[in-house]
Amino acid sequence: MAGALVAPLLLFLAVNFLLPIALMLFRSVDDPDVRAIMPQTTAALAMWDGRDLPPATVATLMIGELDAARGGADLSRAANRLNYDINGFRSLLLKTARNLPAPGDGDALQALVAVDPRWGQTKTWAAIKRAAGPLTGFFLLGALDLKQSASGDIQSVGAERAIFVKVLGRTLWIGFWVTVLCLALGYPVAYLLATASSRIANLLMILVLLPFWTSLLVRTTAWVVLLQKDGPVNGLLHGIGLIDEPLRLIFNRVGVYVAITHVLLPFMILPLYSVMKGIGPTTMRAAVSLGAHPFLAFARVYLPQTVPGITAGTLLVFISALGYYVTPALIGGADDQMLSTFIAFYTNETTNWGMAGALGGILLVITALLYAVYGRLAGRAGPGWA
Amino acid sequence: MHPSKRVGIAMAVSLCALWLTGSATARELTVTAWGGSSQAAQKKIYYEAFSAKSGVKLLEDSWSGGIGLLRTKVQGGNANWDVVQVEADEAVLGCDEGLFEKLDWTMLGGKDSFIKGAATDCAVGSVVWTTGLVYDGNRFKDGPKTWADFWDVAKFPGKRTMRKGAKYTLESALMADGVAPADVYKVLRTPAGVDRAFKKLDELKPHIVWWTAGSQPPQLLASGEVVMGDAYFSRVLAANKADGRNFKVVWPASVYAIDFWVILKGSPNKAQAMQLVTFMTRPENQKQFPPLALQGITSIEAGKQIDAAVVPSIPTSPDNLRVALPLDVEFWVDNTDQLNQRFNAWASK
Amino acid sequence: MDGWTSAARGEVAWRQVFRFYCGLVFVFLVLPIAVIVPLSFNAGSFLTFPMPGLSLRWYEDFFTSPKWLAAVYNSFGIGAATTVLATTLGTTAAIGLMRLKPRARSVLGAVILAPLIVPVVITGVGVYFLYAPLRLTNNYIGLVLAHTVLAIPFVVLTVSASLHNVDGSLLRAAASLGASPVVAFRRVMLPMILPGVVSGAVFAFATSFDEIVMGLFLAGPTQRTLPIQMFNGVREEISPTITAAATLLVLLSIALLVTIEMLRRRSERFSAKARPS
Repeated sequence: MAGALVAPLLLFLAVNFLLPIALMLFRSVDDPDVRAIMPQTTAALAMWDGRDLPPATVATLMIGELDAARGGADLSRAANRLNYDINGFRSLLLKTARNLPAPGDGDALQALVAVDPRWGQTKTWAAIKRAAGPLTGFFLLGALDLKQSASGDIQSVGAERAIFVKVLGRTLWIGFWVTVLCLALGYPVAYLLATASSRIANLLMILVLLPFWTSLLVRTTAWVVLLQKDGPVNGLLHGIGLIDEPLRLIFNRVGVYVAITHVLLPFMILPLYSVMKGIGPTTMRAAVSLGAHPFLAFARVYLPQTVPGITAGTLLVFISALGYYVTPALIGGADDQMLSTFIAFYTNETTNWGMAGALGGILLVITALLYAVYGRLAGRAGPGWA
Repeated sequence: MHPSKRVGIAMAVSLCALWLTGSATARELTVTAWGGSSQAAQKKIYYEAFSAKSGVKLLEDSWSGGIGLLRTKVQGGNANWDVVQVEADEAVLGCDEGLFEKLDWTMLGGKDSFIKGAATDCAVGSVVWTTGLVYDGNRFKDGPKTWADFWDVAKFPGKRTMRKGAKYTLESALMADGVAPADVYKVLRTPAGVDRAFKKLDELKPHIVWWTAGSQPPQLLASGEVVMGDAYFSRVLAANKADGRNFKVVWPASVYAIDFWVILKGSPNKAQAMQLVTFMTRPENQKQFPPLALQGITSIEAGKQIDAAVVPSIPTSPDNLRVALPLDVEFWVDNTDQLNQRFNAWASK
Repeated sequence: MDGWTSAARGEVAWRQVFRFYCGLVFVFLVLPIAVIVPLSFNAGSFLTFPMPGLSLRWYEDFFTSPKWLAAVYNSFGIGAATTVLATTLGTTAAIGLMRLKPRARSVLGAVILAPLIVPVVITGVGVYFLYAPLRLTNNYIGLVLAHTVLAIPFVVLTVSASLHNVDGSLLRAAASLGASPVVAFRRVMLPMILPGVVSGAVFAFATSFDEIVMGLFLAGPTQRTLPIQMFNGVREEISPTITAAATLLVLLSIALLVTIEMLRRRSERFSAKARPS
């Protein structure tokens, strides 16, 4: 019976979500592009130890295979893949393919070096070896600010480029604080809505739902107008004498917290409200009439009954907050970007789908782990859904 | 259940089904550009005129860029666009990757009839736009004239706005550091040059408000949140006309780039799409664009026929072209990923 | 002064503080709308105060442009279809989940939450590659299905939360009195979890109504939704028409909700009169 009720949804998600997502996430370990145009070169490089330059025979193989691939879309895809590893590899490969040395003209490796001196560096060949596929750890390592050196060991990409671990931490941190803010603002309001007369509650509910009707762009624009240097909020604070100089409220973390909390607050209020609506007023009254202080009665009797609502609301808000990127992009500073910004960048602006898949996969795994931990904690504290 | 209720539900369901599948007919020729007032201008002088002349019905759509979206549409199949206006790096990447059809250059009048860089095998230049130094003329009587002035917070106090990313920002930093426009990309191609640009950016970092959408800087300038910025010139100049603002643009501190028309691979309306692209690049049609959009055009012949009153406001007039820096598309296609990563690492410090 | 009154006074004071705090939260919720409404009458094309003058030009633009009206129509249609589909699938699944063992519930819960975790751009590309060969792009069906995927976690979580306070003994009592499971659900369980189901439905609608990424991938030029129309041209300018659109939608939603509330009160009065006392 229970299975039959859940099955339609699972089937729906399996087809419309799990299948396409699995294919996208697989791209984070899939590495077919270089192999596709240079099957022999990559096979020969597999035997190369990476210390000195590879033998001229490898260069001869590559010249032949580049010649065959010239002008095709596959060459471009392989060039892009190598460019993810070393800046400028794309134009190096395309340029080399355009100016290939004639076969059999002495040392093939020296001929390549004559086309571009970078062919005389081991790191150039090591990049091809790393991209030989069919599977790769390149993108997953990159998503953790790591790389594989020419000799094969794993090292940091260096302080200059290390960013993703930091951004991941920042994303979780922002999500955490937005959740705390939403709970602090939402719980009392949900309580008010659940306990007020239905006449008043329904009118107040309109106010809670109003933000849903203004689209994302309108809301962010409104916050910019409100929070800017000469905006109404600063004007008000100045007018009542709280500040002398305008506060920086936008294009920094404050703006991000304000805007995301505003968007997600209803997602905290409604689950809390729907749970509180189901709690009768009698238990609280009974506790108070038995002499318990109202605060104590609230903490001991009412609060535990609302735990399912808190669990649902915090999960919804936290996980939704992790995925925000348009809002922080439009009203955050340069160091307020969240992980989804980068995923969108790699998906849409540079088609580095391997990197997008790796970042998305890591976000998925970490969130799932947090969910499991949270489920344990919430499960112990009360009858949480998770 | 009451019978009338059942009939009602059945009717509702069939209506829904009708509505859901209503659009499954053969697709009409579709052109996609960047929306806003520039697409409104295109509609007036290109789309409607083309439909009237050829009798071909034309659908229009708009987008905000992203080669990933084009790759998805073409490789996934069943693409719903035919002619698309793309940015220069999208034109290069997409052409290499085989996402676009090859253009018929005899129809277009030969590659030589277009300005330098505006003609490739599968893309033809549509507009030329500029991003660069802008400021509010009501705030500074004797305003900034170079990127070095932009960096000079003692002489010109106040916040500046720049694009949140490496592109344009690194170029400006190098020019502020004294690199001649002609040498900017030569310097940027060396690791030391990139270091130098970031070091120069360090100086200005506390004074920068970063923008993401091009709509933001004019808004920030208008509200007084910033005193100058790196912004698209056309919108800023339009504000002077439409809103009576006194915004100034500095051509010697600007970068210009070309947008292109492309035809998506496998378009079912390829022949009509080619006709449309031809129509939109004819000199007699293109010359009407600059007065409406305050952007430059790519046909050399059309450039000579532009209304003299708007010549000072567009990127492709000779005086402006001479002093501005052309965007090096090859450089950015090669370096976007890693420099963007480095930019964000830098911004987080 | 005796202890009783001072305790009561303390309680009154706390109630005042509580109401003031809630009032501030409501102000926070409606603050953006409070600046958007006046800006929609701005004669200038920048969204800043002070406004250079008043004008109805953005409303004129909204009502004379077929694109805006089509976008409103599309958004409401897609939102309504998404709401029905996601609420039905999500509510049944939530009821089923409650009856599973905790471990199975936890694992399936993670699967159901996943669409919320995976960034929408990735889902967008993946779904396009699945839908394009099936001809589910460029029409409403694909968009509704994709929006439903995104809306489901909201419905399941919200309904699950409200199911916690359902007294199982009532359902058993209904069953022992001979009610079929369907009747027991409709007469006994649904009224108890209705706030949760309605909240879930509201979330489903809101998710679809403000969704842009799936729309960019799957919609054709004739299925453009409101958020897509709002972001139109954002590379260069924000059209103040978005403020007019937002103001009209807010007015519409207030009118709708107030009408529902009036109808509800009327039916309450009628049923109160009809009931013999």
